[in-house]
Amino acid sequence: MIEIQNLNKSFGDKDVLRNINATFYPGQVNVVIGASGSGKSVLMKCMVGLVLPDTGKILYKGDDFIDIDYKKKKEIRKQIGMLFQGAALFDSLSVEENVEFPLKMFSDMSREERLERVNFCLQRVKLENANKLFPSEISGGMKKRVGIARSIALNPKYLFCDEPNSGLDPVTARVIDLLLKEITEEYNITTIMNSHDMKTLFDIGDNVTFIYKGDLEFEGTFEDFRNSGSPLIEEFLAASYFQR
Amino acid sequence: MLLFYNFGRYLLFLASMFSKPEKIGIYISRTFNEMVSIGINSLPIVAVIALFSGGVSTIQTSYQLIASWISKTIIGSIVSDTVILEFAPTITCLVLAGKVGSSIASEIGTMKVSEQIDALEVMGINSTGYLALPKIIAGVIMIPMLIIIAMFLGIWGGMMAGVATGILPAESFMEGARSSFKTFNVVFALIKATSFGFIITSISSFQGYYTEGGALEVGRSSTNAVVYSSVMILCADYLIAQLFL
Repeated sequence: MIEIQNLNKSFGDKDVLRNINATFYPGQVNVVIGASGSGKSVLMKCMVGLVLPDTGKILYKGDDFIDIDYKKKKEIRKQIGMLFQGAALFDSLSVEENVEFPLKMFSDMSREERLERVNFCLQRVKLENANKLFPSEISGGMKKRVGIARSIALNPKYLFCDEPNSGLDPVTARVIDLLLKEITEEYNITTIMNSHDMKTLFDIGDNVTFIYKGDLEFEGTFEDFRNSGSPLIEEFLAASYFQR
Repeated sequence: MLLFYNFGRYLLFLASMFSKPEKIGIYISRTFNEMVSIGINSLPIVAVIALFSGGVSTIQTSYQLIASWISKTIIGSIVSDTVILEFAPTITCLVLAGKVGSSIASEIGTMKVSEQIDALEVMGINSTGYLALPKIIAGVIMIPMLIIIAMFLGIWGGMMAGVATGILPAESFMEGARSSFKTFNVVFALIKATSFGFIITSISSFQGYYTEGGALEVGRSSTNAVVYSSVMILCADYLIAQLFL
């Protein structure tokens, strides 16, 4: 479980996040939703330590990620998997080497054990026979799958996904969404997913955190979100019903 | 103020590289790969520069020494000393700042803008140590080796130009080169080469690492890496000469 307490972040004069309080649960897909520029990505970057918040706490099982020492932070980071918006695969490494990379860096597995784990992860994301291809040789959807395979290679407890289906066709986007849902439930991972796509929320969202212009507008279950009656949420929902 | 800000950031960047590596073997392997990329792959351009700078040096020295009472062997002395002291380390490193520096800055810059560096950080890997340190170590080791090769080829090029144009025979050239040879000159050139190797790789890594934006900014970082490395090489060249000569 991850808890965010009174989180604030500004860049210069611009307040990007104001007093955010939220809880993200294991075994569930926790969707952080909001319009483009609402502060979702900054919140996620604060949670994984890429951006330092101005004030507030980020608690991983009670440990404040901001205040703990470097060694402990490194330990928590090993339990984090992250799928970036553009997949962020290493261009100079093949698909197999990309997935193997965290295993090589942080595990004591032999080469054979590593390859076995790589093949398992690639099969899990339904991506066989692509081991030797390079990121430049595969499609956007395949890159996302490799990104997922890499992020689950070390059996993470926390999985962060920054707009995992952006730029994908609807069919591939749904496949990626369902895959993330499956993995979350199968391994009891705390999955935090940024999205401005309501379809994702309808398909796989268990918990919703709705951010509007840096403020937390709603936090709760998907059902409560649908019935909240907030005009801002209604606007989001209406747009998505129209899309559907 | 911006100069001090950037210099401070550069020092912090250098300091951030030194943390306990996750797997030392991976860092050693990366260093060897960088040694091939920086050293072996730069060999052809270094050879061309050295041969031609030595050759041109012989022809121009001969052109300036018009007095008949000056022994022709002096050309060998002047050319070999010039090649060892200045042409091999400085001219070669200025060209390497273009070749190696732009390559390092664009590689790291592209990784930065495509979130690959963020991916390393999220995994708990010290990205500066993983990306920049092997390049700096490789540069500090391989660039002096390239300079040693450039010294030999520069002197040989000078001798061959002398023979080919009939300015002086090979024996006279070598006699002059031997008579003025000082071991300290080679040591001095290697001190310069090591410093320049550090300047090229560290400044280029720094420029790449702090790239913000997209493709346009990657190009800008690459240009900055070459410009700043070249200026710093010239400044360091002057300082080292002032200190040691």
